[in-house]
Amino acid sequence: MQFGIFTVGDVTPDPTTGRTPSEHERIKATVAVARKAEEVGLDVFATGEHHNPPFVPSSPTTLLGHVAALTERITLSTSTTLITTNDPVKIAEDYAYLQHIADGRVDLMMGRGNTGPVYPWFGQDIRQGIALAVENYALLHRLWREDVVDWEGKFRTPLQGFTATPRPLDGVPPFVWHGSIRSPEIAEQAAYYGDGFFHNNIFWPMSHTQRMVELYRQRYAHHGHGAPEQAIVGLGGQVFMRANSQDAVREFRPYFDNAPVYGHGPSLEDFTEQTPLTVGSPQQVIERTLGFRDAVGDYQRQLFLMDHAGLPLKTVLEQLDILGEQVVPVLREEFAKLRPAGVPEAAPLHPAVLRQDSDHSTKETS
Amino acid sequence: MTQPTRPLNLVVVSAGLGVPSSSRLLADRITESVRRELAGTGREVRVRVVELRDLAVAIANNLVTGFPAPALADAVEAVTGADGLITVTPVFTASYSGLFKSFFDLIEPDALTGKPVLIAATGGTARHSLVLEHALRPLFAYLRALVLPTAVYAASEDWGGTGDSMTATLPDRISRAGRELAALMGAQVADEPRRATATADLFA
Repeated sequence: MQFGIFTVGDVTPDPTTGRTPSEHERIKATVAVARKAEEVGLDVFATGEHHNPPFVPSSPTTLLGHVAALTERITLSTSTTLITTNDPVKIAEDYAYLQHIADGRVDLMMGRGNTGPVYPWFGQDIRQGIALAVENYALLHRLWREDVVDWEGKFRTPLQGFTATPRPLDGVPPFVWHGSIRSPEIAEQAAYYGDGFFHNNIFWPMSHTQRMVELYRQRYAHHGHGAPEQAIVGLGGQVFMRANSQDAVREFRPYFDNAPVYGHGPSLEDFTEQTPLTVGSPQQVIERTLGFRDAVGDYQRQLFLMDHAGLPLKTVLEQLDILGEQVVPVLREEFAKLRPAGVPEAAPLHPAVLRQDSDHSTKETS
Repeated sequence: MTQPTRPLNLVVVSAGLGVPSSSRLLADRITESVRRELAGTGREVRVRVVELRDLAVAIANNLVTGFPAPALADAVEAVTGADGLITVTPVFTASYSGLFKSFFDLIEPDALTGKPVLIAATGGTARHSLVLEHALRPLFAYLRALVLPTAVYAASEDWGGTGDSMTATLPDRISRAGRELAALMGAQVADEPRRATATADLFA
């Protein structure tokens, strides 16, 4: 199973000090968080994509290319790449290029975004959100698999004799996830292509995540990619930990109460009861995360949201230490024990990564 | 011809804030009227009252988080699954109350399609009675509900004398509205549960 973190990239005042980091500080902090993720043994670092303040990550491949140079092992991913408002031709080229830079340590997650005006700002119509996701991805899928593409659709100018360049590393495109909170069409899209399905799993009750994943699994089998339990599922999660759970609650409460998305709403207690948010000891996080498996079955990727709501970098790095030292090793072992044979352990890795892994282990054993 | 035997679900949404509130008082009178009318049909009627005051914090939280807490989810399910709906709001600042609107803002746009809805309101003076026509009726028309011709407005004075001698009394209006709702509820064919939109043809 793969464990990692996903960042929204929000620039939020620290409610305990009133201080707002600059965009520069936030971007450098994101890089520090990504490096730390590798250092503490996580498998995935994923960045969101936003085109409006107070968010900074408008240029994911710039960030991920930089992180690629500073890391050796961690998979670089997105959460999400806007398949609706980005030109699929540019996505095909940017992420193929990133694959080469990162020696294959790349996958990505398609999403439609959560900010209405981004559509008109990028020349699109939000009412066509699903249709854009369907058509643009169909084109992207071909651009990575066919050397010369003739194409015509509704939303983009036609292509004749077009070759996206560079070609994917060793001819193998990055693995793709499709992320959606509530659109069954996107679960269907992931199932149709045999791609992964990721549920953000942060803002809504687990029962909702469960229904979406179940739909995806059934449709994955329907489209002939394997048994429902072999479908590739990823979940988000949100945690804040201290050795003593009361300390975690006391320290996190002001960040929760003022958080950009759900702040000034329900109490921390109600929200932790009704959604997968866990604020407490590492052991509580382990138990809650293992509980996700009861809802959606054995799954392949767990990403945690750690650097948000104005938490200072120092705190986020401490959280990553706890995650990497006390939580993930236990979860790896427990999930592995529970997973039946025939269920994929993780999302597919690029052949170049697998080669490198076997080179490393040869060196270590020699 | 055999009558369908499933009980009819009548759901009452009251946005009154006082305890007791005149909105609830009106809601109860209308409910009794509907019950009386349906008694003759032999159909069992189940009444569920949703007091929005009890859900005020949950409604605000749903607006912030995007999902309903369990008690609110239960109320929304009752409303969308009803055979007939009675909705009563106090008049606040020339319209329905904000709480009333916020609750219906949480209902999926197609969830009330074709549902018989009796609209009612309370206020301090009869001068606000057209709120029913310029605020509530368009709201439920947008939701494609079947809004009954008779809307019931109760001003403070209606709870005393006969009100305006040139119009029907409050009890008369309640009876007329109750008859209309009962007739439509009885006539409703039991709907098949709504099916999820087919998505597979996107990729056909």
